[in-house]
Amino acid sequence: MTGHRLSNACIPYLPRGVRLHDDRVRGIRVLLAPERAMQLDAVGDAILTELDGRRSLAEVILTLCDRYDAPSEQIEGDVHDFIRGLVDRRMLFLACQGPHGEAP
Amino acid sequence: MTHQPVIPQDIQGNPVRVGLPMAMLAELTHRCPLACPYCSNPVELARVNSELTAAEWGDIFRQAADLGVLQVHLSGGEPASRRDLTEIAAAARDAGLYVNLITSGIGFTEARLRELDGIVDHVQLSLQGIDAEMADWISGYGGSFARKMQVAEWIGQIGFPLTLNAVVHRQNLDRLPEMIDLAERLGCRRIEVATVQFHGWADLNRRPLMPTLAQAQRAREIVNEARRRLRGRMVIDYVPADHHATYPKSCMGGWGSTGLNIAPDGVVLPCHAAQTIKGLEFDNIRDVRLAQIWQYGAAFNAFRGTAWLPEPCASCERREVDFGGCRCQAMAMANDPLATDPVCSRSSLNARLRAEAEAEAASDDIALVYRRMPKEKRT
Repeated sequence: MTGHRLSNACIPYLPRGVRLHDDRVRGIRVLLAPERAMQLDAVGDAILTELDGRRSLAEVILTLCDRYDAPSEQIEGDVHDFIRGLVDRRMLFLACQGPHGEAP
Repeated sequence: MTHQPVIPQDIQGNPVRVGLPMAMLAELTHRCPLACPYCSNPVELARVNSELTAAEWGDIFRQAADLGVLQVHLSGGEPASRRDLTEIAAAARDAGLYVNLITSGIGFTEARLRELDGIVDHVQLSLQGIDAEMADWISGYGGSFARKMQVAEWIGQIGFPLTLNAVVHRQNLDRLPEMIDLAERLGCRRIEVATVQFHGWADLNRRPLMPTLAQAQRAREIVNEARRRLRGRMVIDYVPADHHATYPKSCMGGWGSTGLNIAPDGVVLPCHAAQTIKGLEFDNIRDVRLAQIWQYGAAFNAFRGTAWLPEPCASCERREVDFGGCRCQAMAMANDPLATDPVCSRSSLNARLRAEAEAEAASDDIALVYRRMPKEKRT
């Protein structure tokens, strides 16, 4: 699942115990997880806001390309880097077809 | 309020910058069925009749959220020893906080755990040993391991994300690989492997608990290997043995920088062991608002920043990394809370600390001083 390419067919989702939060005191968005509070920049916030547990990584990337009018290679690179980091820290899960798939 | 300057100042009178707290440890009670000999609670335990009420906790959680706290760790003692735990946890969630429950599992029924479904975000379950023989001996409570494993099963069924908190020392460190395997079998997303911090109760048990240097080195290799193997499946957080390190840890990520701790009786502390530091004055949430304590409390400001640091810390390139290390350790060993943490290789006390740790680790003493509430201390 990690250390190699992510499949765009996988559906990324925030597992139980990980949630987006409006930090009204600091005026930022944060991702709250066990023993972690991660400050989100605009890119991270945009990616995570798109995750609905139904759409695949490919669909999320397409939506972001449309919204930000950016080339798909660039968006794909940003999304993959960001998501791989969260998957490694167990703050984001991937539901993939195949023997190791996990259900959202 | 004990002391309230117009401008927050450290213990030497230097002005300090006050940030926003991220995390709060809420010690709901010092009661606990277990008697672990390394308990992080103070040796002077707070009595039941001094405990904050659920309503008081609710008010504290709202104050904390207003102040910038994002996560609350419900701890103890054993939080399940509070009959009103569900009410307290719900108040924390209602205040907008991320609710982490730190428990031994003992005292929960399945029904009481289910009450917390939708309220508690995450559970941390302590682990004293890999089997009943070790776990029940260390916790001083027969049957604790079997009950804990039952609770772990319920946690999995309810679906709480789970972290196993393995506290390691000389008696159980050789079984670290099995602890990691257990966490994997229980479906944990994380395991925390924390070497005993030798303060308070643990300080009374240095001879039976101090790890050997070889154990500490082996543990590092085991953790590194497991991290590679489990990448993307389970996160391993590792707190290595202090006494074998070259540099000290940054206690609390910097004194008064991101964390605070509320004791069962309402005393607000920069760290759970801060009351061992003589001369510091602490405020109680029953008398003073949390924002006021965080901003102006003398104990919080005492060691904020780096301006108060003496040599060799003041000119050290690591001063913004570890802030001179642990103040409680400096107090315990140097009898001076401003001293460089004796764990640091640059401390003048380091040679003595290492020699003592080595002697303790070589001891074959296995008699444990268990944590007990005052009324039981007669034995």
